[in-house]
Amino acid sequence: MTMPAPALPEASAAPGGRPPDAGSVGRSPGRLTWMRFRRDRTGVLSAFVVLFFFVVALAAPLISMAYGNDPYTQYGQEREGLLNEFGYPLLPNGGISGEFWFGLEPGLGRDVFMLLVYGIRTSLLIAAAATLLTTLIGVVVGLVAGYVGGRTDYLIGRGIDILLSFPSTLFFIAFMPVVESLFVSPREETPVWLRTVSLITVLTLFGWATIARLLRGQVLSLREREFVEAARITGASPARIIFKELLPNLWTPIIIQSTLLLPAFVTAEAGLSFLGVGIIEPTPDWGRLIQRGAEVYRDDITFLLFPGVSLVIFVLAFNLLGDSVRDALDPKTRR
Amino acid sequence: MYRFLVRRILGAAMILLIISALTFFLFFAIPRDPAAFACGKLCTPETLEIVRRNLGIDEPVFLQYWHWLVGIFTGRDFTYGHCDAPCLGYSFVNQEPIFQALVDRFPTTLSLTFGAAVVFLLFGIGMGMIAAARQGRPADKIASSASLIGASMQIYFVGVLATWVLVDQLQIIERPSYTPLTENPLQWFYGLLLPWLVLSIIFTANYTRMTRSSMVEQLGEDYVRTARAKGMSARTVFLRFAWRGAMGPVITIFGVDLGVLLGGAIITEQTFSLHGIGELSIKAVINQDLPMLLGVILVAATAIVLFNIVVDAAYAFIDPRVRLS
Repeated sequence: MTMPAPALPEASAAPGGRPPDAGSVGRSPGRLTWMRFRRDRTGVLSAFVVLFFFVVALAAPLISMAYGNDPYTQYGQEREGLLNEFGYPLLPNGGISGEFWFGLEPGLGRDVFMLLVYGIRTSLLIAAAATLLTTLIGVVVGLVAGYVGGRTDYLIGRGIDILLSFPSTLFFIAFMPVVESLFVSPREETPVWLRTVSLITVLTLFGWATIARLLRGQVLSLREREFVEAARITGASPARIIFKELLPNLWTPIIIQSTLLLPAFVTAEAGLSFLGVGIIEPTPDWGRLIQRGAEVYRDDITFLLFPGVSLVIFVLAFNLLGDSVRDALDPKTRR
Repeated sequence: MYRFLVRRILGAAMILLIISALTFFLFFAIPRDPAAFACGKLCTPETLEIVRRNLGIDEPVFLQYWHWLVGIFTGRDFTYGHCDAPCLGYSFVNQEPIFQALVDRFPTTLSLTFGAAVVFLLFGIGMGMIAAARQGRPADKIASSASLIGASMQIYFVGVLATWVLVDQLQIIERPSYTPLTENPLQWFYGLLLPWLVLSIIFTANYTRMTRSSMVEQLGEDYVRTARAKGMSARTVFLRFAWRGAMGPVITIFGVDLGVLLGGAIITEQTFSLHGIGELSIKAVINQDLPMLLGVILVAATAIVLFNIVVDAAYAFIDPRVRLS
């Protein structure tokens, strides 16, 4: 997986988190950011798209109830007249009909619309958990390395060097069976929750290094600033300086990095599922839908289009949102 | 220059040693039964016993690693045959030395990577330059939006879609396949054209954005103003000076991308059913062939580390202000 290149904001807001251009009216930095964001039309639109995906993920059971189908029943297998003898939908365009809005899955005959809706849950759950963990570890390690310095910094730096020299996609797939073998013997069937946990673990393991390196650099320059010195002279403990003095000044790069990480994890997870080492049946998953789509594309291209286009829209919206959030938080980097 | 190279190569060897050791311990110390992972999915108790004996599973892991390491230089003997000097181990699933499997697959990955690199460098840097020269005008907006959309595309979707449109429907490009360059250059070119183009769609985006922002930054520098003030035309400044300073970040990501791609463009190879290093690794995971994975990881890590050095050396050639030390 390619990690997003660290977006380097110029030395972020001045001590206390107040941008120098705060003006005399006394608006809080958060309010200023919000105002800048609201003026950005692309940003607002993409925020709505992202929000839409989250709402769909949360409301999946409700949607299923209102729509009348679920993602597990193999309609095409159970009922006559939906799939032909080769397992492909009889109706044109992948079997789109009033009952099956996005058609039927070739072979098993499940409802594509429901698979998509429930697939969002899988993707978002894994990506969000991995983002949260990655950010947490990255922030703590980066802050400690930058602030403590000396031998600790050196060791952490070399560790990050080594981690970043690992071929990451390759390691994702190679590491998966090893992590799992800790819990299940190679000949048993792997439970879905374990797959989920190992996916999150592996994504996190190779994700935190980038964010830690970025934050370390930021801390190195912040450490020499007067407000940190002042805190040290007044006898603040290192923990206090790190979390109460330094951290508030680092929210901007942290938020920017995590908005870039989430879509990267969504595509990484889908990629792993596409390769056949991600989420397993019967849990709905976008990557596996695309994998199945790639097998049958010559006879039923519609089945590939739905998950593929959804993924592109989701990632595009998230990337645009990330850009807008960066512009709003840190107007100096505006392109 | 010479001292720089020696030092960096020693450092790289160190990193590779650590990576190989880490991977080895992860693979052979953590699983409850590493021999089962080296034996494959269709493993009989007899073969499992042979594998166990061959890998020396009863010995401490350090010793196993030591044998593996020494084997790289001296070669090793396995029940199924001898493994010649650069011996990265033996694949019991495929019944062949791992080095041989890697050598067989490497030309495919190499052709895929370098062909694609030519296309995405040309398009990416070209579009970035145009965007920087025409800041804020339609050409810039088109290039910037195109790169944003490109960055959101996924090979596993676009690749299949492009195959459907260009190969199956319009029939203007051949179905992806690999023919050795030495055998038939024309066939080599046509067979890889589609993967190159699709890889480029995804990679171009990064280079366009990077080139543009880096160029914009350079054009704001003092030396550009001085050159303009002396009466040089904007075109001369742009084409003779500014681009040199702007190439630094581009070279950095190029080195990273090249290293990653050479280690196996896993998803691309899977999408187009090309039998390169990446596809080999997927097969190894599915067949539970840990020794093979170890070999692939080492090759991929070598590519990454190697290109880091190449990138640093390339800096000095393009920007004489950079000193290698």
